[in-house]
Amino acid sequence: MNAALTHRVWRLGADVDTDLLAPGHAMKHGIDVIATHCLEAVRPEFAREVRRGDVLVAGPNFGIGSSREQAAAALVHLGVAAVIAPSYSGLYFRNAFNVGLLLLTCAEAESLHDGEHIAFDADAPAVTAPDGRHLACEPIPRFLLDMVRAGGLVHQLRQRAGKEPLDA
Amino acid sequence: MTSMASSGAKAQTLAQKLIAHASGRAAVAVGEIVTCGVDLAMFHDSSGPRRLKPMLEELGAQIWDRSRVVLVMDHYVPERDDDSRRIVRIAREWARDQQLPHVYDSQGICHVVVPQHGHIRPGMLCVGGDSHSPTGGAFGAYMFGVGSTEMLGVVVTGEIWLRVPETIQMWWDGALPRGVTAKDMMLHMIGRFGMNGGRYQAVEFAGPAVQALSMQERMTLSNMSAELGAQTGLIAPDTTTAAFLAEAGAPPVDMAPWFTDEGAELTRHRFDASTLEPYVAAPHSPANAHGVSRYAGTPVDVAYIGACTGAKLDDLRAAAQVLRGHKVASGIRLIVAPASIQDQEQARDEGVLQVLLDAGAELFPTACGACSGYGDPMGDDVTVISTTARNFKGRMGSPSAQVYLGSPYTVAAAALRGFVTDPREVLA
Repeated sequence: MNAALTHRVWRLGADVDTDLLAPGHAMKHGIDVIATHCLEAVRPEFAREVRRGDVLVAGPNFGIGSSREQAAAALVHLGVAAVIAPSYSGLYFRNAFNVGLLLLTCAEAESLHDGEHIAFDADAPAVTAPDGRHLACEPIPRFLLDMVRAGGLVHQLRQRAGKEPLDA
Repeated sequence: MTSMASSGAKAQTLAQKLIAHASGRAAVAVGEIVTCGVDLAMFHDSSGPRRLKPMLEELGAQIWDRSRVVLVMDHYVPERDDDSRRIVRIAREWARDQQLPHVYDSQGICHVVVPQHGHIRPGMLCVGGDSHSPTGGAFGAYMFGVGSTEMLGVVVTGEIWLRVPETIQMWWDGALPRGVTAKDMMLHMIGRFGMNGGRYQAVEFAGPAVQALSMQERMTLSNMSAELGAQTGLIAPDTTTAAFLAEAGAPPVDMAPWFTDEGAELTRHRFDASTLEPYVAAPHSPANAHGVSRYAGTPVDVAYIGACTGAKLDDLRAAAQVLRGHKVASGIRLIVAPASIQDQEQARDEGVLQVLLDAGAELFPTACGACSGYGDPMGDDVTVISTTARNFKGRMGSPSAQVYLGSPYTVAAAALRGFVTDPREVLA
């Protein structure tokens, strides 16, 4: 793997919960509004400054809490390319792939720093750190990778029903 | 079990038996990914129709089996603004259009209302569009929470995949002392194992202290399996389960198959209920839990008795034991939001509700309310002690609100004194 280091890191701590990602007060709104409040209690500038292709890197237990999948969909809406963390809430893990958000389970995620640029390969799966180190990630079942590549379950079901072209 | 041995079948956990049944197999192995038929799909006004309706229309798909769907309006009721009115209206209109046979509108919180109507029974595989769906595990059903998109898949196909979990058995010996509850057991376990200590596996609660619990107290254990990070929180059904279901009007069910075989592979943690003290979780995590003495004397502004976790009939009874004949401390707000209309009316009939009102409680609607920050959220810098399940930063409203979690006894005792108090000091 010799990929360009194109993905900027937003570094978060452990136990990032769904209420931080999709605050309760915003839940009555659509995803466009919820996304503007994403992580506001810990990184107020995040929703404003995040760019398409950026990645979140966090400590263990990312996504603990509620079943609200807006906590994953908000990141998709903001263009986040992947989340990289040592562990996830199981419920969040399912939701993320269902809404088209790639999660990489990486034991060494916490060796990455805020603002640096990395590469990742969802097939390997692995992360390339700025110093060239390859950080191994846990394998992702094929059907989940297919789902996330399709953009989530709804897009996948639409493609299967012939209502939407398959992406290249 | 002798028949299992003679047939040469490997000992199975309750979780494995339930998943094998749902996937049409004789047995399943830990780690396998299997597809299960769904016996019941439950969702509410927030996770349900407002999300499912547009996705179903986009796909041109239909509900696979209306009789297996239960809709509960509990998050945005009573409606407080145009947005909540819109969300609840979508739910009501969709229920009418789809001719859903099982709809509970403003009757209380789904995790309490649905079992109280006998929908969740031993041997079933159920999904809920809410993270506290493991509550159904208290009935010996494999029940877990999913997001709206995954629920869409269930509603269209009647199936869901899962990875057969390991079982982590929490074995409780002894008997709980007076003033110590299932909530304290959970805060103790979450404090010890952390919020992802369940690793999305199946937790099973067992042992004499669990068997001695009422059905509603068992529901509190299974409910907070979510805060342990487990996929589900199972309890093998017994006569207590059968009695509750009979009262709920559920059809008779064979409970005999639904237990963990002796010798099944599992991880067992042992606890002694008789030495457990009341537990309190400090801001901003349920895992930040310690014996109440560590926080005793912390002043509080609001005492909140609410939610599926902490405002069932048994919870209201516990609070009333502390507050009978007393008034809450001056300047303290005591808010009581019963978990269901049925529990509220039973509490009224028993005089429990009057005890709470006489003590100065404000009665709030039987809905999720402040627990999810959806209803009347808590203001800036307020310190709250609450019977709910989560005290994440901002969860109940302002990010500067400080939320402590405790049992109904502990919350009532704090209301009485105005500061965090060991409820055993004030129980007559």
